[in-house]
Amino acid sequence: MKKFLNTYDEDCIACHACEISCARIYFKVDDLERSRIRIEEREKSAHIVACNQCETCVQVCPTLALTVNAQGVVLVNNRLCVGCYMCIAACPNESMFRYLGGIIPIKCIACGLCLDSCPTEAIRIEEKQEN
Amino acid sequence: MTERKVLAEFPYELKPVEKGYNRRTLYINLSTKAIESRPVTDLMIDKFVGGKGFDLYLMWHSVKDTTRWNDPENEICIAFGPLCGNTNYPGSGKSIVTTISPLTDIPIDCNVGGHFGPYAKFSGWDAIEIQGKSEEEIIVFIDGDKGIVQILSAPDEEINSHILAERLIAEFADNPNGYQYVSVVSSGKAAEYVPISCLNFSFWDKRRKVARLKQAGRGGTGMVFRDKKIKALVVKYSGLKGDTNHPVDLETLQKTGLKLHKEIEEGDDKQNRMRQVGTAHLVEIMNDYDLLPIKNFKYGQMEEAKGLASWEFKKLFTQGLPDGCWFGCSLSCCKAVDNFIPRTGPYKGQKVTVDGPEYETVGGCGSNLCIWNARDVVELNFYCDTYGIDTISFGTSCAFAMECYEYGILNKERTGGLDLSWGNADSVFELIHQMGRGEGFGVIVGQGVHKMKEIFAREYGADPKLLQDIGMEAKGLEYSQYMSKESLAQQGGYTLALKGPQHDEAWLIFMDMVNNQIPTFEDKAEALHYFPMFRTWFGLQGLCKLPWNDIEPANNAETDEPAKVPEHVQNYIDIYTAITGRPLDKEELIRQSERVYNFQKVFCMRMGKGRRIDDIPPYRAVGPVTEEEYLSRKERYDKLLKEKQGIDPEGKSTQEKMALLRAYREDQYQQLVDAVYKRKGWTKEGIPTIEHLKSLGMDLPEVVEVVKRFL
Repeated sequence: MKKFLNTYDEDCIACHACEISCARIYFKVDDLERSRIRIEEREKSAHIVACNQCETCVQVCPTLALTVNAQGVVLVNNRLCVGCYMCIAACPNESMFRYLGGIIPIKCIACGLCLDSCPTEAIRIEEKQEN
Repeated sequence: MTERKVLAEFPYELKPVEKGYNRRTLYINLSTKAIESRPVTDLMIDKFVGGKGFDLYLMWHSVKDTTRWNDPENEICIAFGPLCGNTNYPGSGKSIVTTISPLTDIPIDCNVGGHFGPYAKFSGWDAIEIQGKSEEEIIVFIDGDKGIVQILSAPDEEINSHILAERLIAEFADNPNGYQYVSVVSSGKAAEYVPISCLNFSFWDKRRKVARLKQAGRGGTGMVFRDKKIKALVVKYSGLKGDTNHPVDLETLQKTGLKLHKEIEEGDDKQNRMRQVGTAHLVEIMNDYDLLPIKNFKYGQMEEAKGLASWEFKKLFTQGLPDGCWFGCSLSCCKAVDNFIPRTGPYKGQKVTVDGPEYETVGGCGSNLCIWNARDVVELNFYCDTYGIDTISFGTSCAFAMECYEYGILNKERTGGLDLSWGNADSVFELIHQMGRGEGFGVIVGQGVHKMKEIFAREYGADPKLLQDIGMEAKGLEYSQYMSKESLAQQGGYTLALKGPQHDEAWLIFMDMVNNQIPTFEDKAEALHYFPMFRTWFGLQGLCKLPWNDIEPANNAETDEPAKVPEHVQNYIDIYTAITGRPLDKEELIRQSERVYNFQKVFCMRMGKGRRIDDIPPYRAVGPVTEEEYLSRKERYDKLLKEKQGIDPEGKSTQEKMALLRAYREDQYQQLVDAVYKRKGWTKEGIPTIEHLKSLGMDLPEVVEVVKRFL
């Protein structure tokens, strides 16, 4: 089984609380660019962008800096990453991110620490069959 | 583990690269065992930029006018360029190798991938300059983690690259996890015997767990390397990060790289499929357009060529791996055949990983010899690489020998019993193994076409005029694998190329022959000015040419000048400024190249070539040499006689028509040369004028002194 952050756009009210929560936890800043989850405000609804752990990026990484842990979550090994961003371009749902001044790309690692910040339960940690 | 003596050692201070430069070069003299750090001056950066520019500058000041390839003062220079080693923009890991060539007697330059260049640069050096000759076999080791350069004894028995590279990686890495931080430059056994030799630059493939090999292929670098008794250059550097090149504007660099990554992700499968088959996608296109060289460039198209089409190689290439030769190259063109089992030679029956074959290798080792079996081409590719042989010169040289065999100039008595009939792969394998052993007729073929012409005329009484017409070399270098007969512009692209007929200065066949975009002499001359200058720029910076136009923006066709790929030109300007902090526009980009290009031209003159007479192609590159060639395209040539020359072909013999066509085409070529020299700011004899050098800021005293000898 694979652990991932499932997203429910229809419940999202685009309050961005999850992004703030994530950026504070991992970077200790309020900069939404540092969040591993992104909320896109579209005309009719919000769209939540977070890694579904599909592993496409793992295949393209030239340094094997992207690995899959026992729970099926894709992790970035900062020691091996050379910041080429081939993973960002290859990501089919555009959930691998860069930020100003950063070198290592960031992505959701299904830690679940943002869940409490969401007032509508539009994000949930779930499990699915392996890809 | 091999026992090694430290013959010389040079500790140096580790310092970060700043804005793409280290501002120092590494000088090694193998005769005296001196190792020195030398400063990079402002003049070097302002006038020569880096990469090939630095190589040529260093070589100029080290060789004499009379220096030949095996003189101790000849150098092997390897330089990297300010953009080299960035991990953001695809195709940014190139080294540029120069030396005085054993094939041409003038500077040769090769642009090669692999990890050596970036690691050597980040170890602290903008260029490596190796002079002198060692009396014993040596390895040069650059430890970029500790800041030490050593010359080590090399009693290793192994020479061939596919084994030597892996052994040295294992020896010099701290542990198996560190294999990826070591890169090796090596050649192979054949480079001790034949000048059509190359250097292999390794990169450790973490997925396949093998050393992959990229080639500095042209002009005989391997023979100079082995003549100096260098077994290998080894570099170790484990500190690579996404900003090790210390750009002034990382944000722009990252964004520009990411934009191209996405373009490749979206466009490559629809455009050239570089990630699936690499440059082998060209085989079927060239065959369709009558441009694939067959039987020593007699023909450009044959039904049998489908045996070498990209889909045949796709079956052999392992798919779905990030096959970039440097980190961050999402174009990933360097394909590999895993678990290949050669059917001949010393490694017969052993499983090996083979890099490529790329298009040029398919043309040279396949179609040009009428070898239509993809696996045979893979095997020739493997042995060329590991023996240190250039697949292009090998192909063109074998093709020449086979045509001489067809005409009876060669026979079994003269080839040591080898039947060199077209398509006889077994004989071609024997030739390559003879080159690897340094014996037999293979060593004659390995001297290259220029030397073979002399030998066959002298020893076998062959007609020198026929040999000149069918021997596909100019300046001593073999032509690479495209047919130029029907493209006047490409005849110039090949034959006017400074180092000899390689397609890396200009590839204009589609612009000229297919799309008719450059109909006049002036149009062709403009293209033969712009593209060689633009492409020279990659070698100054440490970049690969392929991500420029082997992937194009979706809207490229709608731009003013699609052949230039304007958006990608702007990308290069943006990343140059983002890394170096120096302003650049598209005009100054060309001028950067023009300075170095003209310097190289004068360097060639200084070494005894670079004259108009050196820019003459063999007629095989221009038109049909034999009746069978004329007759195979009779309709085309008859029509051209009528339309271009106003001559009615009716009633004329084939020989008469061939003579008329030849006179016309040779005259057209000379008119093209006039137009190109004029556009380049050169005299009718091909000498850069002092005024032109002044206008470029390249009227350096040492350059002017040489030019004055010719004016």
